[in-house]
Amino acid sequence: MRSSLTMLGLIIGVGAVIAVIGISQGAAAKAQEQLAALGSNMLMVGSGSVNRYGLHTGHGQTKTLVLADARAIVRECPSVSAAAPGTGTGQQIVYGNQNWATQVNGTEPQYFEVRNWPFARGTTFSEDDVTQSATVAVLGDTVRRYLFGSGNPIGQTVRIGTLPFKVVGVLAPKGISPGSGQDQDDVIFAPLTTVQRKLLGQEWLRWIMVSAVSRQASYIAQHQIEGLLRDRHKIRPNDPDDFVVRNLADIADAAAEQGTVMTILLTIVASVALLVGGIGIMNIMLVSVTERTREIGIRMAVGATEEDVRRQFLVEATILGIIGGALGIVFGVFSSVVVSQALGWPILIPPYAIAVSTLFAIATAMFFGFYPARRASQLNPIEALRYE
Amino acid sequence: MALSNPAIALNAAAASISVPVVEVRELRKNYQLGETEVHALRGISLSIEAGDFVAIMGASGSGKSTFMNILGCLDRPTSGKYLLEGTDVSGLTKKELARIRNQKIGFVFQGFNLLGRTTALENTELPMLYSRVSKKDREDRARETLALVGLADRAEHFPSQMSGGQQQRVAIARALTNAPLLLLADEPTGNLDSRTSVEVMELFQRLNADGLTIILVTHEPDIAQFAKREIVFRDGQIRRDEIVAIPQRASEVLKTMPTIKD
Repeated sequence: MRSSLTMLGLIIGVGAVIAVIGISQGAAAKAQEQLAALGSNMLMVGSGSVNRYGLHTGHGQTKTLVLADARAIVRECPSVSAAAPGTGTGQQIVYGNQNWATQVNGTEPQYFEVRNWPFARGTTFSEDDVTQSATVAVLGDTVRRYLFGSGNPIGQTVRIGTLPFKVVGVLAPKGISPGSGQDQDDVIFAPLTTVQRKLLGQEWLRWIMVSAVSRQASYIAQHQIEGLLRDRHKIRPNDPDDFVVRNLADIADAAAEQGTVMTILLTIVASVALLVGGIGIMNIMLVSVTERTREIGIRMAVGATEEDVRRQFLVEATILGIIGGALGIVFGVFSSVVVSQALGWPILIPPYAIAVSTLFAIATAMFFGFYPARRASQLNPIEALRYE
Repeated sequence: MALSNPAIALNAAAASISVPVVEVRELRKNYQLGETEVHALRGISLSIEAGDFVAIMGASGSGKSTFMNILGCLDRPTSGKYLLEGTDVSGLTKKELARIRNQKIGFVFQGFNLLGRTTALENTELPMLYSRVSKKDREDRARETLALVGLADRAEHFPSQMSGGQQQRVAIARALTNAPLLLLADEPTGNLDSRTSVEVMELFQRLNADGLTIILVTHEPDIAQFAKREIVFRDGQIRRDEIVAIPQRASEVLKTMPTIKD
């Protein structure tokens, strides 16, 4: 009974360590999954803010970001593998008796590769569609759902503003953006020129999606793009940029860092539990040594050396540690499964977590068992035998 | 009842060649008790030959317990020499002393001092646990020794299921399993009724007849009469040391005692 109470500390400690690592690894995996959904190694170049007579506008107001910039970025920045120029406008979409207000983005076919965004049905519009300003559209999953329900939109015609567009593709769902919290599927894509000329009447770009050759290269790519655009836009050294480059690796790193901080915090909590468990073991062992003083005396009288007595108590502490650790694993795995299912995260308990926490439990038990064991071995056999 | 512990007989034979089992010279032991120094032993010199059966008597505080602790290698003298079978043990390390307690000395205590949650058999095996005897041999030897003290059928009993006399027999079996040179009994009959006491003395006399050297501490003169030699301690010194003229034979005494049904 008393031993099981002692082990409870270790059980909770080991269980907490495993649950914490399992859950936070699961959360990290989930976050990585969401970030991967944003696009691989992505940077976004946006049009910047304008300072007119001391009055700053928000981002997206400059007219200096143009198609030639997008072409130049691909041509002149070695760390960039692809770039998709784009613009956008909010529009009302009508199909039959359904209608839906959403964002209409104009871009080029490589956009879907840059964003690593597969099609559920149909395909993208073509380069030719872009050169000819064809009225064709690709639907995001949310738009599809509101306008077509379970029907097949491919080949159907939707009205965007006043113009009819033929639907050529439907994108696979991408979910909520971990950066902005927006529904990434609530969108329609059309050829860049179509949106520029027929919907907006503007030739400049709102954004360029850039993919770097690798994730590490994304920071270098950011510098290269910034340098290139300042050159092209003839910005003097001390003047502010008229564009903004956002590196999605930043967001990913921030998320990962957040996860790490969380893991460290929770691990500290779990370690405290383990420490408390260890102190519990020491407490029980000390009581046990006192209660068993006479037994220790008898063992010494019949020839147990100090070493024998010390070993006996250390072994007892270690057994407590092993049993507590094993039960802790069961408890930890169980609770992380429960949490994962409740939150819909993947379960990820790395084997090292189990190994490390078990070893730690045993080490804790031995560490805190050492002092009582030593005390037992230092008893004077004569006094121990006389102990009532 | 025939005794059959060849190891005891062998030890006795080896020791009887010439060297006394115990020889102490000018043994002194001082304790620091707070401010005052207590002289528990003030120069004890004696020798005990193999096969002897000695009763040590004395009032409490006479130093007899201190003397026994030193003989049992549980304690070390402040000065003087203690030769056990001709070897000086007064300068040995704690570990070496533990080894001697294990191999050469058997203890029997007043309070039996059995381990409560282990069986008679396991209690008897205890000393062998510390002398690296294989599990199989341990059990065989423990059963043999239990048979020797007349408890063959009680091997699986726990101390709480046995009478005081039976518990003391288990303790004696435990003291005997490693075939010791010397059996030290510290008031072994102190917690027993008179008939059981005589039964225990009868067992001691049988073991002694087989050659085992026994030293017994008691404050009951009746019990001392079963020994061959009586030593009286007083104020840390030997006051009297004499041969018991005609030792009582426990087996005879038992016949005259009424059987108490329990």
